[in-house]
Amino acid sequence: MKEKLETEKEAQKKDQRKQKAKEYENYVKGFTPKPAYFSNSLKAFFVGGAICAAALWIQNLLTGGGMKETDAKTAVTLILICTAQLLTGIGVFDTIAKFAGAGCIVPITGFANSMVAPAIEFKKEGLVLGVGSKLFSLAGPVLVCGISVSVVIGILYWMLG
Amino acid sequence: MDYFWAFLIGGIICVIGQILMDTTRLTAPRILVIFVVTGAVLQGLNLYQPLVDLAGTGATVPLPGFGYSLAKGAISGAKDGFLDAVMGGVKSTAAGVATAIAFGYVIALIFNPKSKR
Repeated sequence: MKEKLETEKEAQKKDQRKQKAKEYENYVKGFTPKPAYFSNSLKAFFVGGAICAAALWIQNLLTGGGMKETDAKTAVTLILICTAQLLTGIGVFDTIAKFAGAGCIVPITGFANSMVAPAIEFKKEGLVLGVGSKLFSLAGPVLVCGISVSVVIGILYWMLG
Repeated sequence: MDYFWAFLIGGIICVIGQILMDTTRLTAPRILVIFVVTGAVLQGLNLYQPLVDLAGTGATVPLPGFGYSLAKGAISGAKDGFLDAVMGGVKSTAAGVATAIAFGYVIALIFNPKSKR
């Protein structure tokens, strides 16, 4: 009998806590500004588009210089990655990302930035467990999921002939 | 005209990312994962190639393009046997991943964290 009462009391407490959490959520919602959907999207569109167009321009420059097209495509990716990581290192990337949002996070530049940014931040923890592991704190999930899917696709295609 | 399509498609993919970021509570890493997996699955169904043919870098530079080249490598490897099917995806993206890791490590060694202004 006593135990039953206690469990009931606990359940009531839980409900109360949930209600409180909900109330707080609504309270916070009243203060958080709504994101400016349209202007954010516009910025993302122009910066993202500009990065892709710039990539094409570099690719054309390289093929014009006598490089094979497949090699040029790889080289463009490498150039974009190195530029983004260098910009992250000198601290400019954050400023651009604040303005452009997804415009520079969705292109491969965002992937490059997501590796360097936490690595620099955790430099104090050492060169192996700090920099070495934090390089993958954000890029890890992307690589794990991406490569897993590619292996599954490869095996499926192999089985289907 | 090539530049127009690269700009348009690249921009649209980024806008999709921005809308996901603004309207849902998905954090940036989750969005990156969603984009890469989407690109790989679309290419697995042979749906991403037309977009690449149309837009070039506009489709390959955003993250779905990373998934696309993972899947494309795996599919072309599958023709040569089981091992190549498993390796193909990593092989085709090896240059980018290796550079990102090695160069990223060097950059992290050279530069120190900036205090937020």
